[in-house]
Amino acid sequence: MELGPYIILGLLEGLVTAAVLSLMAVGLSLVFGVMRVVNVAHGEFFMVGAVLAWWIAGSIEGNPALGFVAAMLLAPPLTAGLAVIADQLILKRIGYDPERTIVATIGLLYVIQQLTLMTFGPDARPVEAPFNNRLSIPLLEWTNDGLALYWPWGLGTTSYKIAVILAALTLLVAIWLLMTRTRYGLIMRATQLDRETALAFAIPVNRVYASVFGLGAGLAALGGVLIVPIQQAHYLMGHDPLLLSFIVVIIGGLGSLPGTIVAALLIGLSDGIISIFFSPTLAKIIATLAVAFFLVFRPQGFFGKRAL
Amino acid sequence: MLVVKEISSGYQGAQVLHNVSFDVQAGEIVCLFGRNGAGKSTCLKTIMGLISTDVGRIACNGIEISQLPANEVPRHGIGYIPQGRRLFSELTVEENLEIGLMVNGKDHGFREEVLDMFPRLRERLHQRADTLSGGEQQMLATGRALCISPKILLLDEPTEGLQPSMIDQIRYAVKTLRDRGVAILLVEQRVDAVLSIADRVVFLENGRSHDPVRASEIQDKPDLFQRFIGV
Repeated sequence: MELGPYIILGLLEGLVTAAVLSLMAVGLSLVFGVMRVVNVAHGEFFMVGAVLAWWIAGSIEGNPALGFVAAMLLAPPLTAGLAVIADQLILKRIGYDPERTIVATIGLLYVIQQLTLMTFGPDARPVEAPFNNRLSIPLLEWTNDGLALYWPWGLGTTSYKIAVILAALTLLVAIWLLMTRTRYGLIMRATQLDRETALAFAIPVNRVYASVFGLGAGLAALGGVLIVPIQQAHYLMGHDPLLLSFIVVIIGGLGSLPGTIVAALLIGLSDGIISIFFSPTLAKIIATLAVAFFLVFRPQGFFGKRAL
Repeated sequence: MLVVKEISSGYQGAQVLHNVSFDVQAGEIVCLFGRNGAGKSTCLKTIMGLISTDVGRIACNGIEISQLPANEVPRHGIGYIPQGRRLFSELTVEENLEIGLMVNGKDHGFREEVLDMFPRLRERLHQRADTLSGGEQQMLATGRALCISPKILLLDEPTEGLQPSMIDQIRYAVKTLRDRGVAILLVEQRVDAVLSIADRVVFLENGRSHDPVRASEIQDKPDLFQRFIGV
């Protein structure tokens, strides 16, 4: 058996997982980095994004691309709005206390999940991809005439999966530019570094927190919208991505965006390859073991700072 | 300019300040003086709204500020240099100054005026704050507070841990600001610094303030320092 095509297939599937995971994990990392809130409900914002995408896409008749574009444009801000309301009604009222926010977001997780179940039902909902052409991937081989291309059977992907990878890449660059090149990014970073001094320099910290919570949820929802033509929307779909996001954020270093992206790539690619050769369950077991390893030997992760 | 009248405040059930009163006028340096734990830093934080107070009043140019949210206080022209500088460590010098400029919408022309006071910072504009020396960090903390164009400046032990040449530069900057009409409230532990720079001194003892004393009068009353800090 030739391993090359399988490895390439695994890497491609892993890249799709890494792309969606990095969007979601960057959202989780931003919320933790700036607000010091461990948002256990983050996976539900991913799920809400996917379910809203199904609802919006299904409400628009005609070309499925139109419905999908509308879902891309509407589902993330709607989810962000929901998160801002949750921030104002719950997190702000308990003073963003790190321990109490964990319990509060566990409660939020179940509220969102059960409300979705009551509203949209228990069925998995498909969304048609705006385009989904099959792309075969060629490999190189030596022949008597020199190097030549050949197309191994089954080695390929779809144009939509490539688009998901490119879209995630574009969004991550946009987040990086937002954080490093804009006034809002400067305010977020200052708040992350020293909340009290930020207040002494007129930064409205509570408004920053609300917007960061909304931004984090919006990123998770974007991940949900992008994945829903590949997986179906379902009220329990937030659990696995939440677990993987926590794994990514811990391995990357809490609050570190570059670390989060590197760890998402690592976890996504290993998930893809291990799933192809063995099973997706083994991939999750190895990722969880990797977290345990990091917590014991390098608790600050790849790029995080060791607490004093 | 700044009037503090009978304020009481503290941290979660532990009251630190008890009916503290004093005032600071434009072009004057008032020094808060007392032992460790007397409540000096708590007093500055209370003025900045970082610790809430339900008792007493704090007025800036006749406007009551004690009930404002903390992020509104600096917009009334109150600059704050916290103890230990509290720079945004991972931001560059330029970004730290930018945070100060944002408070009252000052432009980069104003930043140049601030940099003229601390030319060393101009050479370090793109360097991260946590890579600066202690003296440079204090210059940056002062520069960042000046970027809001303060009418009142609160300084919490600005010379702590600095070498003598840096202390002289900071003192010179503080006196320059006083001469430009800025009201300055200074927390200082060094007796020589107090005597050389302050116009009036407010002694704090166990969170209670005593009537202000002119610095020139203190020279003749060495028992005051003996009583309040044991030197």
